[in-house]
Amino acid sequence: MEHRADEMMTVAAARELRDGEVCFVGIGLPSTAANLARGMHAPAVVLIYESGTIGSKPTRLPLSIGDGDLAETADSVVSVPEIFNYWLQGGRIDVGFLGAAQIDRHGNLNSTVIGAYDEPKVRLPGAGGAPEIAAQARRVITIIRQSPRSFVGELDFKSSLGARDQVVITDLGVLRKGSDPAADPLRSAAPGGSDPRGELVLEALHPGVVLEQAREATGWDLKVADDLRTTDPPTERELALLRELRER
Amino acid sequence: MAEITSLHDAVASLVRDGDTVALEGFTHLIPFAAGHEIVRQGRRELELVRMTPDLIYDQLIGMGCARRLVFSWGGNPGVGSLHRLRDAVENRWPAPLELEEHSHAGMANRYAAGAANVPFAILRGYTGTDLEPRTDVAKVTCPFTGEQLTAVPAMRPDVGIVHAQRADRAGNVQLWGIVGIQKEVVLASRRSLATVEEVVDELEPRPGAIVIPGWAVTAVAEAPRGAHPSYAHGYYDRDNDFYRAWDPIARDRDGFRDWMREHVLWSTAPTR
Repeated sequence: MEHRADEMMTVAAARELRDGEVCFVGIGLPSTAANLARGMHAPAVVLIYESGTIGSKPTRLPLSIGDGDLAETADSVVSVPEIFNYWLQGGRIDVGFLGAAQIDRHGNLNSTVIGAYDEPKVRLPGAGGAPEIAAQARRVITIIRQSPRSFVGELDFKSSLGARDQVVITDLGVLRKGSDPAADPLRSAAPGGSDPRGELVLEALHPGVVLEQAREATGWDLKVADDLRTTDPPTERELALLRELRER
Repeated sequence: MAEITSLHDAVASLVRDGDTVALEGFTHLIPFAAGHEIVRQGRRELELVRMTPDLIYDQLIGMGCARRLVFSWGGNPGVGSLHRLRDAVENRWPAPLELEEHSHAGMANRYAAGAANVPFAILRGYTGTDLEPRTDVAKVTCPFTGEQLTAVPAMRPDVGIVHAQRADRAGNVQLWGIVGIQKEVVLASRRSLATVEEVVDELEPRPGAIVIPGWAVTAVAEAPRGAHPSYAHGYYDRDNDFYRAWDPIARDRDGFRDWMREHVLWSTAPTR
């Protein structure tokens, strides 16, 4: 089956989620990918939305993090202070699943502003739950389209710090951070936490994408793994479920 | 005990020019009817506080009610930008808007500290981000472990406004579904208003519901469909089509003002 680049991106992001993990989900592409994973290989994944719904099993993709379906299908619904304090800060989240407008080589994210803070070119929505999700989940999956505007040498604003264990899924490929333990002594420490020093390494390109495209879409000198892979294309089942989810 | 009054009279007596006002409701139970009444009564120079400004603050800001916004995520969920908020920040239209921004965890803890009547809350957060030097946070050292933590100041609005499913005639307010930050903002605020879908003789117990006792609320006003286009769990669903339709309405200054004139200024609040 033919697929579009953003479908490959969503499928590749869904594959990163493991069955049974507890995942704090951002709205939009992260939520789409997490629900695709739940319908494919990860039926026991626990989806937590920042509105306070724990174990949501939405029947259709929510438009907001607080759609009624998320509460109706949840194992438990708690207050907003509780979701952030007891569940996220309490260390109960395996994976944070985030989007952003800009990312840098260390996986730091900008979701606040393009241009100067006081004289913005584009005022973005802001940090929301991301700073604490990025810092307190054991690992972070970031989903973001790759272009010179989004993959920047210097962020206009650092809303959230790059995580020690972070994978970045784009429409061109897959980048992972901290894959070389020797280069990052913090790797041996407890899981989770921020690491503003580690660097993203391109480990896979999606089918049909050439390395030059990924380099041109990156605003820094992109590190590439020695054993650069090609992502498996979406299966018929993955594509069919993704399209069905979007139409529901 | 909460006074049960009309929405018009509640806003007239509780919300004053220059006040710090928090209309809360985390996606669910957003008090749109109360926000519209504030617009109709022409309040000015408000410091608006809300975790997710949503369309209701887009409308208040676009109508020139606000001088300052304290928030943590200012978008149209799943759709994109709040164009009136952006126009105020990027172009100072219709008036300059001062911003104070936090993370969600920071805002939630600020309300919780306000409700608990302590001057600040602590959390692990903000460290190393560009928010830290730009907003109202500080470092504190744990007196027991020596750990460095982030302190956020208590949020104590002059007025806190929430929507809920129902209240009884003593003003006890019952809400369920996503409970968000509703209880905290009522308890943190000096004066509070709960708009409700209906006032009933008796509150039947509901699974997962919370009740805010009437003696902890200043006023209760009936406002059927008062959360629309947000929703009231068990009464009506979120109007996702309206959230999508708002995007083109809000992009254009004249189109926005025409819409507000037709749908807010020329309509009236429930009188009961």
